[in-house]
Amino acid sequence: MLPLADDSLVLSHRLGEWAGHAPVLEEELALANIALDLLGQARALYAELGEEDELAFLREERAFRNCQLAEQPGGDFAHTMVRQLYFSAWQELLYAQLAELGQPLAAKAVKESEYHRDHAEHWTLRLGDGTEESHARAQRAADSLWRFTGELFEPIAGPGPVGEVDWDALRTGWTERITRTFERATLTVPESPQEGAWKAGAGRQGIHTEPFGRMLAEMQHLHRSHPGASW
Amino acid sequence: MTSVLLGEGTQGSAEPVESVAAFDSAIAADERIEPRDWMPDDYRRTLVRQMAQHAHSEIIGMQPEANWITRAPSLRRKAILMAKVQDEAGHGLYLYSAAETLGTSREELLDKLHSGRQKYSSIFNYPTLTWADVGAIGWLVDGAAITNQVPLCRCSYGPYARAMIRICKEESFHQRQGFELLLALSRGTEAQHAMAQDSVDRWWWPSLMMFGPPDDESSHSARSMEWKIKRHSNDELRQRFVDICVPQAEALGLTLPDPGLRWNESRGHWDFGPIDWEEFKQVLQGNGPCNEERITRRRQAHEDGAWVRDAAAAYAAKHAARGRGKVQERTETAVDTAVSA
Repeated sequence: MLPLADDSLVLSHRLGEWAGHAPVLEEELALANIALDLLGQARALYAELGEEDELAFLREERAFRNCQLAEQPGGDFAHTMVRQLYFSAWQELLYAQLAELGQPLAAKAVKESEYHRDHAEHWTLRLGDGTEESHARAQRAADSLWRFTGELFEPIAGPGPVGEVDWDALRTGWTERITRTFERATLTVPESPQEGAWKAGAGRQGIHTEPFGRMLAEMQHLHRSHPGASW
Repeated sequence: MTSVLLGEGTQGSAEPVESVAAFDSAIAADERIEPRDWMPDDYRRTLVRQMAQHAHSEIIGMQPEANWITRAPSLRRKAILMAKVQDEAGHGLYLYSAAETLGTSREELLDKLHSGRQKYSSIFNYPTLTWADVGAIGWLVDGAAITNQVPLCRCSYGPYARAMIRICKEESFHQRQGFELLLALSRGTEAQHAMAQDSVDRWWWPSLMMFGPPDDESSHSARSMEWKIKRHSNDELRQRFVDICVPQAEALGLTLPDPGLRWNESRGHWDFGPIDWEEFKQVLQGNGPCNEERITRRRQAHEDGAWVRDAAAAYAAKHAARGRGKVQERTETAVDTAVSA
């Protein structure tokens, strides 16, 4: 479950970067709310694996197993919303399977990711079918983040329910969902390859994109400056 | 809303005698004034100014704390800080809504904030330089805010009083979390203890300034107290705050940076040293350490978000038009059916 914990931690951090920058007050609340849910998921999953702060603050870039999608910088609001849509639609379907397979933490996460997906979906509709500018920005976000979505369907090895996930069904369900949303949003589903240059390695193997190292440097700096301290 | 709009234009001269009497007797009887009630223009203006300034403070106040979200040293602290900043956005929303009951709008108020025509609390012009500052803001800044705001729960204007009841509950929670953060640092390593002390040294005086100028220089105080918007004077509240903080600092194992601080048996209060009112004046005039940065950041967020708000509005308009189209279609179908039948 380490890859899933890392996904939630890293995306939560990225959303936390929006605090004080959101386009409307309501989104300050929504983005912080989603970030908090994700952080809660990460903490619950880390608790099963070891000491949460050790896992979050003392591993280096190559030891993180999150997907590259989660670590992508927020960009403009359209990038943040499309990133969220791609991720939450996937997380909702994955956690639904995990819940059925008996993963105890998944049931709560399904409800949360459903809310996150719904929120991102509504914004994708507003941006895609809003003004000419918002449409262009949403399409650009959809296109530029597309190459990070293939990784979501690389099977995650592991003992327990995650080893039994039907990844093909996940891909089919996800593709249907995104296609339907994009249609309603008057957006085009990208035709470029879903796999980036990092298909062989990618985040699940600890191969990350460049912005991730800087993200970790900021996130871990204070904790690492005071070895052994409690907070 | 009609009565609100009527109230707006009367400018004192045409005040209906019965309305004035009803207002005065409601204030005297400690009853609440509600949005549809008649109220003096100055009462309305004072409230809009105060509530807007209060709302703006919540919004600008997110910045010094958000500054540490991405660097919080543990996941537990990070979650607490995120929740707090989220609460502040929520408080801003309550307060803008409450102000809107007086016939203004959130857009108008934000515009005044962005153009510098309305103020926010001077405290948020100080920088958060270390993690401990997050704790000092919780303990001292939120502590001062609560001392100021608890009496507002009994303010004569109903919507403001009700907003404050909710806000104060959450604020006291934040205040305890801030105290607990500092306590952990104070009892931690030597470096952590020093970080906590340095932070209290920097935030103590600015927190005392949050209560506003001394009573003899406070221009709005007397009338606000007559109208029961305000219940206690600036100096009274400041004294109350000092009296609360001294034993708390002791419990924290930290000192307050005031050599003049001593118990005064005859007054039954703590005496404290003089406040640097020149610094206060400078910060209020826009010359504090972060004034420029805070307002620029806020304006930037608003400007960067313009295309998003435009998109939402365009989408809503299209959707409403389509919705009307559908209703019309259905009506026409119904009419067609009725005609052909």
